[in-house]
Amino acid sequence: MLIPCPYCGARDSHEFTYRGAAVGPRPDPARPDAADAFHDYVYLRDNPAGDNAEYWYHGAGCRSWLKVVRDTTTHEIKSVTGAGGEVKP
Amino acid sequence: MSRLSSGGFIDRSRIVKFSFDGKSYSGHPGDTLASALIANDVKLVGRSFKYHRPRGILTAGSEEPNALVSLRKGARHEPNTRATMVELFDGLEAFPQNVTPSLSFDVMAVNQLISRFIGAGFYYKTFMWPASFWEKLYEPIVRGSAGLGTTPNVPDPDHYEKASAFCDVLVIGAGPTGLMAALTAARSGARVILADEDYLIGGRLNSEKVTIGDRDGAQFSAAVAAELVAMPNVKVMSRTTVFGVYDDSYGAVERVSDHLAVPAPYQPRQRLWRIAAKHTVLAAGAIDRPIVFDGNDRPGIMLAQGVQTYINRFAAAPARRMAFFTSSDGAWVAAFDAADAGVEIAAIVDARRTVADRLLAEARRRNIRTLLGGAVTAAHGSPLKSVDVVADGKRERLAVDGLAMSGGYSPNVQLACHHRGRPQWHPEIGALLATDPPPRMKLAGAANGSYALSACLADGAAQGAEAAVAAGFAAKTVALPRCQDDPVEVQAYWHVKDTAHFAFVDFQTDVSVKDIEIAAKEGFIPVEHLKRYTALGMGADQGKLSNFNGLAIMADITGRSIPEAGTTIYRPPYTPVSMGALTGHHRAKDFRPTRLTPTHFWAKRLGAKFVETGMWLRAQYFPRPGDKDWLATVQREVTAVRSSVGMIDVSTFGKIDLQGPDVGKLLDRVYVNTYSTLPVGKARYGVMLREDGMVMDDGTTAHLSDDHWVMTTTTVNAVKVFSHLEFCLQVLWPDLDVRMASISEQWAQIALAGPNARKVLEKIVDDPAAVANEALPVMGAKEAKLMGGIAGRVFRLSFSGELGFEVAVPARHGEKLAEAMMAAGKEFGITPYGTEALAMMRIEKGHVSGPELNGQTTVADLGLGKMASKKKDYIGRVLFERPDLTDENRLGYVGIVPVDKRNVLRAGTHLMPLGAAVAVANDHGFVSSATQSPTFGHAVGVGFLAGGAKRIGEKMRAYDPLRGGDFEVEICSPYFYDPQGERTRV
Repeated sequence: MLIPCPYCGARDSHEFTYRGAAVGPRPDPARPDAADAFHDYVYLRDNPAGDNAEYWYHGAGCRSWLKVVRDTTTHEIKSVTGAGGEVKP
Repeated sequence: MSRLSSGGFIDRSRIVKFSFDGKSYSGHPGDTLASALIANDVKLVGRSFKYHRPRGILTAGSEEPNALVSLRKGARHEPNTRATMVELFDGLEAFPQNVTPSLSFDVMAVNQLISRFIGAGFYYKTFMWPASFWEKLYEPIVRGSAGLGTTPNVPDPDHYEKASAFCDVLVIGAGPTGLMAALTAARSGARVILADEDYLIGGRLNSEKVTIGDRDGAQFSAAVAAELVAMPNVKVMSRTTVFGVYDDSYGAVERVSDHLAVPAPYQPRQRLWRIAAKHTVLAAGAIDRPIVFDGNDRPGIMLAQGVQTYINRFAAAPARRMAFFTSSDGAWVAAFDAADAGVEIAAIVDARRTVADRLLAEARRRNIRTLLGGAVTAAHGSPLKSVDVVADGKRERLAVDGLAMSGGYSPNVQLACHHRGRPQWHPEIGALLATDPPPRMKLAGAANGSYALSACLADGAAQGAEAAVAAGFAAKTVALPRCQDDPVEVQAYWHVKDTAHFAFVDFQTDVSVKDIEIAAKEGFIPVEHLKRYTALGMGADQGKLSNFNGLAIMADITGRSIPEAGTTIYRPPYTPVSMGALTGHHRAKDFRPTRLTPTHFWAKRLGAKFVETGMWLRAQYFPRPGDKDWLATVQREVTAVRSSVGMIDVSTFGKIDLQGPDVGKLLDRVYVNTYSTLPVGKARYGVMLREDGMVMDDGTTAHLSDDHWVMTTTTVNAVKVFSHLEFCLQVLWPDLDVRMASISEQWAQIALAGPNARKVLEKIVDDPAAVANEALPVMGAKEAKLMGGIAGRVFRLSFSGELGFEVAVPARHGEKLAEAMMAAGKEFGITPYGTEALAMMRIEKGHVSGPELNGQTTVADLGLGKMASKKKDYIGRVLFERPDLTDENRLGYVGIVPVDKRNVLRAGTHLMPLGAAVAVANDHGFVSSATQSPTFGHAVGVGFLAGGAKRIGEKMRAYDPLRGGDFEVEICSPYFYDPQGERTRV
């Protein structure tokens, strides 16, 4: 599988590590239902047969955390962006 | 000898000696093992899997299901090679398989007599009951009869490589279609890889007598191959099988040295390729399909394409008198080639009522008898002696020693199905074609159902051009050479009805028509069920020859059409791939890299024993003459540290350099404790959590200057913590102004510990006053010049419980630092120590480590709950406060000592109430780390106990069934040694 890293170009998936579904943002710990919100943030995941937004880390490349939209049935990659907006140069 | 007197692509000037089944034979360079056996009149080459039926060579290609042989002896012994793919080399030793005891006489052939009892589903029905029979009787029988061949029990002496290749256009198959595709794409300027499993480029052009332009097929392919090889943008890979289509890449295996007795120096046996291709043309050709009739597996029966290959390419006649049984024009052409080579043709039996006049005329010209609308109903003899033929209601027996068959073609669509595209039935050519290939793959030529030579050449050129254009090149048109087409009409024909018991559908797994009937009767009708119930297509050939016939017969039995019966898909690998190739260099010590510490060779010179910790090789202990055993060595090291001074390389800890105005803020959010208030020149121990509230890692972080911090992590979590911090900075809080870099490899770090540690340190630093007790207090951290101007760092940290320092220098000075410490410490008897003494002292001290940070413990479980700040948020805080994680009866951190001090405490020991029976319900906790403390003179341990520190003073039963421990222990504080930390402050 090739992942088109926005900084490095198309690179083999071996250079990346997978974290999981791109959930977030991290809940506000001060909100009254913070325990429930963090429970959902940490544990609840959809398991779609189709497009899934995921975090991938280009550890053997530019070290960027990326948000990758991947079709879980075909591994087709629909989009790749920096996971938290643009990485500072 | 069945070697023809002329022709073929073999080097008759040279003789190659080989042996099969203990007998010596000779062949020529250019032969395969199969062609050489045929040339030597060897008809019987193996026994079938289940019934031990005698089998001969069926094909001339990689689809061969019968001629599976073992090669070579000793460490290079290799089972289950297809004789049709084995290039002959001098001294080759080959052996038949599945023979008990010999190829010509096999006692297991008795299985044929009981075949009605061991048909489809036999295992499921027979080995069910009684259950007690399974282990002693059934399993040994099943295991004994399962599998083919034997693996060598000594390591493979050869090595295997992995390599990557990149191209614009990958062409799979170097027959007429693939050659034209590669040529067109290459002339357009695209980077082309042309891969073919054969060692001779040309595919069927080497097997058929064709004329292209003014050259014959083999001359044409040689000329195109020569042009391709000369082009800088082309890589022609023969002996290379593309075996799998993966996401954005292809797997291929190149048999670099399989055709040699021993690989040349520095050459691998095989090379595994990962090929990244922008576009692909699959030109894998098509293969003949067998026809199912009684005795269709007898040695001497062969597919028509194979007969044609052996005669034209290898000048080896498979028989003296042959019949042809077909529904395909191609077999007629093969019969003509055989006749022209001197083989007597008894008859061509064609299931079709009409065939092209051209074929009939050619047959008449050669005085070949033709039987239209006929069938072969049975074959007799082993090897083959005769076949029963029926045509126009008349039956007769033909005396032949060879039969060629073809029930039409199966296009080689396997690779096109690797992304789950299901092949579709095309009745006009009686074949399954790939209509949904993987992205950016196109099929061409016979693989796509175009069988005529001119169509193959044209289709190859067109697809090659299209692929080049798709890859961004301007297509150059290649003039198509003229050629005359042989007739290629086919009608799918698979089954001679009313056949008796041994009409085989799958030769490799011994599935017969009867088995399919049983499956149908018992409800295993869907094609995927049929496959699993009967083992149809589950051999190493993945049903290349059998799947179609099996599903077609099931369709007949159940009165459905082929599309209704359904088709199966194929999965990688296309042909078997050796484990060696998949493993490559990654075996034994080379399974993964070995990381050496900066002081590795220094420690080695001192005679250290090393231990693997992750990828690192660390000094475990330093034995000296006179040490009774390893424990004595380690205890000596500990005592030396506690009484004077010792040193250990701690470079393996993860080290992360953090810079920027917001580092303090970041640390506050990732550690449970507060860092933003830590003054410059100080370090602090911290614990970081996962967001679920469990402890992730611990370590110290030092504040070196305003915007500059350096963090240490545990050895095992160095990579994990680094990527975690990256996630925090990039995803959670991109507004924080922090830059970070891993400096684990760049800095060597050595710990000095013991009452005399400062005296040693003073002799190493350029300014001894800088490390005085007041100048560098406990948890102090500063940059310092060492050993005459080397810029390093000194931290006053202690893991041992003694006065301790950690000294860091650039990694290249690590060994020099170790030598300097040894020289400076000589007068104090400085003792290098390893990871065992390190662990022994940390248990005495009660510090938590790997066994305690096990992913299931909270900071409170570890007895460090007071560190967790209540004033700020940090990762893991919210979920750490969940009721279950703060329950006071959770497993909490305690110390454990045996009541009888002679007992040895071991990690993993269970803690139970005194007198309690051994039961899970009575299991209150466990020992996580234990050691034979030289400081206390008895065992001390730490572990986790329900209720934790509340139970200090309680006596418990320590139960260790694995190693036979069962004695009384007392629960105590885990901080055995100097709990107030006074020894570190002097």
